[in-house]
Amino acid sequence: MPDIHDEDSYEPHPKPGVSHLDYAGEQGMAVEQETLVERDPVKREEARSLWGDAWRDLRGRPIFLISAVLILLLVVMAIFPWAFTDTDPRKADLVNDYLRRPNWGDVFGGGWFGYDAQGRSIYARVIYGARASITVGIFVTAAVTVLGGLTGMVAGYFGGAVDAVVSRITDIFFGIPLLLGALVLLNAFATRTVWSVVIALGVLGWTQIARVMRGAVLTVKQADFVVAGRALGAGTGRLMFRHILPNAIAPVIVVATIALGGYIATEATLSFLGIGLQDPTISWGIDISSAQKVIRTAPYVLFFPAAALSVTVLAFIMLGDAVRDALDPKLR
Amino acid sequence: MTANGASALGAAVPEEAAFTQEVPRGEPILEVRDLIKHFPLTQGVLFKKRVGAVKAVDGVSFDLMQGETLGIVGESGCGKSTLAKVLMNLEPATGGSVRYKGEEISRLSGAALKAVRRNIQMVFQDPYTSLNPRMTVGDIIGEPYEIHPEVAPKGDRRKAVQDLLDVVGLNPEYINRYPHQFSGGQRQRIGIARGLALKPEIIICDEPVSALDVSVQAQVINLLEQLQGEFNLSYMFIAHDLSIVRHISDRVGVMYLGKMVEVGSDAEIYDHATHPYTQALLSAVPVPDPAARESRDRIVLTGDVPSPANPPSGCRFRTRCWKAQQRCEVEVPLLAAPSWLDGAASHDSACHFAAEREIGQAGQSGQAGESGQGGTE
Repeated sequence: MPDIHDEDSYEPHPKPGVSHLDYAGEQGMAVEQETLVERDPVKREEARSLWGDAWRDLRGRPIFLISAVLILLLVVMAIFPWAFTDTDPRKADLVNDYLRRPNWGDVFGGGWFGYDAQGRSIYARVIYGARASITVGIFVTAAVTVLGGLTGMVAGYFGGAVDAVVSRITDIFFGIPLLLGALVLLNAFATRTVWSVVIALGVLGWTQIARVMRGAVLTVKQADFVVAGRALGAGTGRLMFRHILPNAIAPVIVVATIALGGYIATEATLSFLGIGLQDPTISWGIDISSAQKVIRTAPYVLFFPAAALSVTVLAFIMLGDAVRDALDPKLR
Repeated sequence: MTANGASALGAAVPEEAAFTQEVPRGEPILEVRDLIKHFPLTQGVLFKKRVGAVKAVDGVSFDLMQGETLGIVGESGCGKSTLAKVLMNLEPATGGSVRYKGEEISRLSGAALKAVRRNIQMVFQDPYTSLNPRMTVGDIIGEPYEIHPEVAPKGDRRKAVQDLLDVVGLNPEYINRYPHQFSGGQRQRIGIARGLALKPEIIICDEPVSALDVSVQAQVINLLEQLQGEFNLSYMFIAHDLSIVRHISDRVGVMYLGKMVEVGSDAEIYDHATHPYTQALLSAVPVPDPAARESRDRIVLTGDVPSPANPPSGCRFRTRCWKAQQRCEVEVPLLAAPSWLDGAASHDSACHFAAEREIGQAGQSGQAGESGQGGTE
């Protein structure tokens, strides 16, 4: 048979520009599209993908902008806490009585938000506490996305007996209450650091992602382009990661972003219960816990770490909502 | 059959050379014999019990000749698309044989299957779902080269993809665009370019134009015809639009409920149909001339297509056929040229009472249909 790539073996086709105009007329819609495209030649070749459209959509959403700015601020705070305060958050000076009210004039100073029962600067501790929360949030989310994503992909793609076994294992883990399971797991650690909390929440938290991923893979697997890939002779790896994953990842991203805020709250809860992070690690959860004792005389000791926690969780959940709306064309 | 199976097992990895030999024009390139595809029906959640099977394709035999277009027509649910999937090895066959250039291919796997895939490609029905929305056109058409790197060396791939875009009538500059930036007809051209990339010999078109506007259908059909000449392709063209099949096909096969009921050249089928089902299908083709519409005689079939999970005994069409008699209930009609017919009417037809429908008789046969219908129920 003649070689497709041999210039001489087939009749010369119209020059690209000409053929382009010819075929533009094949449908009313197409004509409209083409003329629109032609009017703006610079933009013409700009790749417009789902993510590109989502990004364009996100940039115009106030909710996204607010949450993105907040998250950016929190991340910078977690990485460079010393840039926000000169005060050592662990310096306990009993001269600074917690009964001394916050000194609103001392902006960015040690006494801005007042002092806690041990005479430590609440402002400095709020700043330094971001690191534990953000680390736990991001690493737990990364762990559950990888673990749950792979599990869901395997279950959805192979189906049948593999799916039955993997899904039952998922169900077993799904049945363990997150808080109770984390209490039991964290008890096994002699010294609890940020990483032991990450491991405990990661081991218990992947089931939701796995279920979402499995459902998405089951849908995408049926699509004609996956069948077309198989007809071309594509292997399992190519079908999974080139064809199915990019088309199934959107709901996982959304669930993971929303869950991130939840993991931060769970870490604080565990620390509050005394089973999460421990001193000398600085965590909003620990501070909320120790503020209990003075809550009636000095409520601001509780207020600031609790407010920081709420704002962080809210920022991530708002981001997740905005991303979900942007990725779902039906909501546009 | 058994001999074929044995040879397939013996040649688990057929030599590449076996597929590179040229088949002379008009000789069979794909031979399908008694192909069966049953989908099991199961009951129970944990321990699945087989309670029956949907007989989607039940004993289909035909030859696809080199360089020809074989049209397959039939109503929805008759097994056309399943037939295509089984031929593409996308679904394992329950039984029967598919031989490509004399080599059994229906039970291949691994490298041998990959070698066959190079030579048999497919164009899908829906251009909106058959292209990965996350890949650029260049990646979609270039993917065959990544899977089969021996076809085009790495440096030439971009050029090869642009050539393919040119061949199917798209601007080669569109290489970095995404599928959603194209119209339905343009997308179907991209699908065709992907099918052509590996320089296959056979392309199975599964209703390639039924999702397109009528004006675009003609363009895609003409493109397919033009490519057939350029690249010496053999098409199996599945459709439910009789006029399109007539336009593009050299030979036509008519399917009903998983079986081939009539096969012949397009003139034989369209002008000298002998199977009652084919005659009924043809009588349903819209006629543009109102005067002719008045005078023509439509055969209106009563009842629905029976369930393929529980097809009628004997002839599968007998429950809706006006010619049905006792014999049709007992004896399965074979797909063969009826000995009592001659000329153009003497082509393969699976009917005990195969006969051309005569114009003068048409009205009578229509009435006989109604009374005959009552008799068979």
